Amino acid sequence: MADEKLTQIYIMGKAYDVPVGVTIMDAMEYAGYRFIRGAGCRSGFCGACGTVYRREGEYRLEFVLACQEMVEEGMHLTQLPFTPAPRSDYTLSELDPSENVLLQHYPEVARCVSCNTCTKACPQEIEVMDYVQAALRGDLERVAELSFDCISCGLCAMRCPADIKHYHVAQMARRLHSVSDSPIPEHLKTRMGELESGAFRVELDELVSMDLDGLKAKYAKRVIEKEEVAT
Amino acid sequence: MGTLTYFPGCSLKDNAKRFEDAAFFVMEQLGSPLLELEKWTCCGTVYSLTSDDLMHQIAPVRNFVRAQQAGSDEIVALCAMCYNTLARTSQRINADEEERTKINAFMNKEPDYEGSVRVRHLLQVLRDNVGWATLTDKAVRSLEGLKVAAYYGCTLVRPDEVGIDDMEHPVVMADALEAVGAEPVTFPFEAECCGTYQIVDEPHLALEQSGRILRSAVRAGAHAIVTACPLCQHNLEQAVGALSEGGVEGIKNIQVVYFTELLAAALGADEGNLTPAVRDLLAACVPAEGGV
Amino acid sequence: MARTKTIPRENLRERVEELSGENVFACYQCGMCSSGCPYAEQMDRLPSQVIRDLQLGDASLLDSNAMWVCASCLACEVRCPKGVDLAKLMEALRQIHLRKAVDRMSLDKLSKDDIRKLPQIALVASLRKKSG
Repeated sequence: MADEKLTQIYIMGKAYDVPVGVTIMDAMEYAGYRFIRGAGCRSGFCGACGTVYRREGEYRLEFVLACQEMVEEGMHLTQLPFTPAPRSDYTLSELDPSENVLLQHYPEVARCVSCNTCTKACPQEIEVMDYVQAALRGDLERVAELSFDCISCGLCAMRCPADIKHYHVAQMARRLHSVSDSPIPEHLKTRMGELESGAFRVELDELVSMDLDGLKAKYAKRVIEKEEVAT
Repeated sequence: MGTLTYFPGCSLKDNAKRFEDAAFFVMEQLGSPLLELEKWTCCGTVYSLTSDDLMHQIAPVRNFVRAQQAGSDEIVALCAMCYNTLARTSQRINADEEERTKINAFMNKEPDYEGSVRVRHLLQVLRDNVGWATLTDKAVRSLEGLKVAAYYGCTLVRPDEVGIDDMEHPVVMADALEAVGAEPVTFPFEAECCGTYQIVDEPHLALEQSGRILRSAVRAGAHAIVTACPLCQHNLEQAVGALSEGGVEGIKNIQVVYFTELLAAALGADEGNLTPAVRDLLAACVPAEGGV
Repeated sequence: MARTKTIPRENLRERVEELSGENVFACYQCGMCSSGCPYAEQMDRLPSQVIRDLQLGDASLLDSNAMWVCASCLACEVRCPKGVDLAKLMEALRQIHLRKAVDRMSLDKLSKDDIRKLPQIALVASLRKKSG
């Protein structure tokens, strides 16, 4: 351990020496924090680990995912593991895409003052303000297009002075747009067909009847890359 | 005159699309097509009236930056509320360097706003650049016999600094309609508030206002009350509904239309592109000599 | 127990003058604003009474409905012979509530059907004036 390079960061105001070259999430675990919330896929896709930090001597806040961002000397950080943003109840098949359903379900979108704070808070570099504006106009397709990379981390909604729930609006738009306007991808059709005809019945039944130890063992031995399967 | 940088505002893309469609047609016919401002954002109506409020100036200023990026020093608005909000902000922020600097510093991801974008309403362009004579010249369908109540509402004519005409006796919309053969009637409620945003959570306030305006137009003998704002249009339409149920004489027959719809009809828009309301009004017109 | 939000009631005139940039003592109570205001009948205090209350520092004004019935139509502003912008005073009175998150308008009361029929500017404007 003596020759391991360490750097000082501040987690929720407390100083810790953590290894150089690791992610914020790894650094927090190194420091002794155990994630029971605010961690998920650890691959930048689930949006659970929204993190706010600033650099030593600077006043601007930065917004990142803990599992993706590397630590820096003098980082002052905290996590926002959950955003209490209410989601509107809807049944997708009952929505009329020709109406501005986004505004009907999320009328607070009309409070947007175009301050762009949401865009600045997005760890995925999405043009958040632009898609909120598109939602206000009723441009479903544009909301779906612009919000494609959204992982619902909630940082935008936490910073918004108008209390808009950007990512819920965007999710509704993507869902409605995909069932009403965009063609179903061929590979999805194929897979759905396979599922419906019972192609994976045996494996699914096996998993359902497995005990906890069996499941853990199977998970630990899982193979991710397609190339590694086959033989 | 060349193309005009046009700012639509949210409602013109959705609820008030026909207001915009007609305007596009009219300006195409007049040789000054409208070119939509790229990446425009909501103007954030209504203009904020507190002295320290810079946050609510950001939305209009962002659009001025867009205009700069498009190489344009003027924005033309169609929606009266957007016109008012953008125009008031442009006057304030163009004149105040300190506020402009603060806003630019806040909007650090955008190029700086230099402070020289002007805002006009389409009616001003028609009056000052196109001219009524040209409008008359280009009319192919007669609106003769059509009595119209030109309704200005608040945001086109108040406050004085941005009013496109004298608020106590505005004439610009009436002149535009007269140029294409219609007969404007005088009615005292032409610049009284329609009830504006009160329609949302205190609708009785708006319906009372709009009701008064409608009755005044009906008494003056108008076939149609003509608007320049999607909210005035909406409130007056709602009031027609409410008053018709109350059995008020003459209310059922008055149409509520946008000024661009009548201009488009006069300038030869396809019958198929006209709303039933406008087609009804055309039926009330006297055909031109030789028929149309 | 949930924290109740309170609006500041002291120094009403000073607060309003600061927010509005207007001088309430310029008003000489001619009543022009009241006679031109299309909503005066619906207000529990006339526009000219509102400014009188400000001159006197009467904090009960904050509980009036006048500032919420006001639709910022500016009929008062253009007609005042002393150039007092009453619309800005009304806005200041609203802001005293809204800046403490004491909203006048709640979105829960609006049905989806209501929203479907409204032009967006109606919603944008009413939220601008009645929510903070």
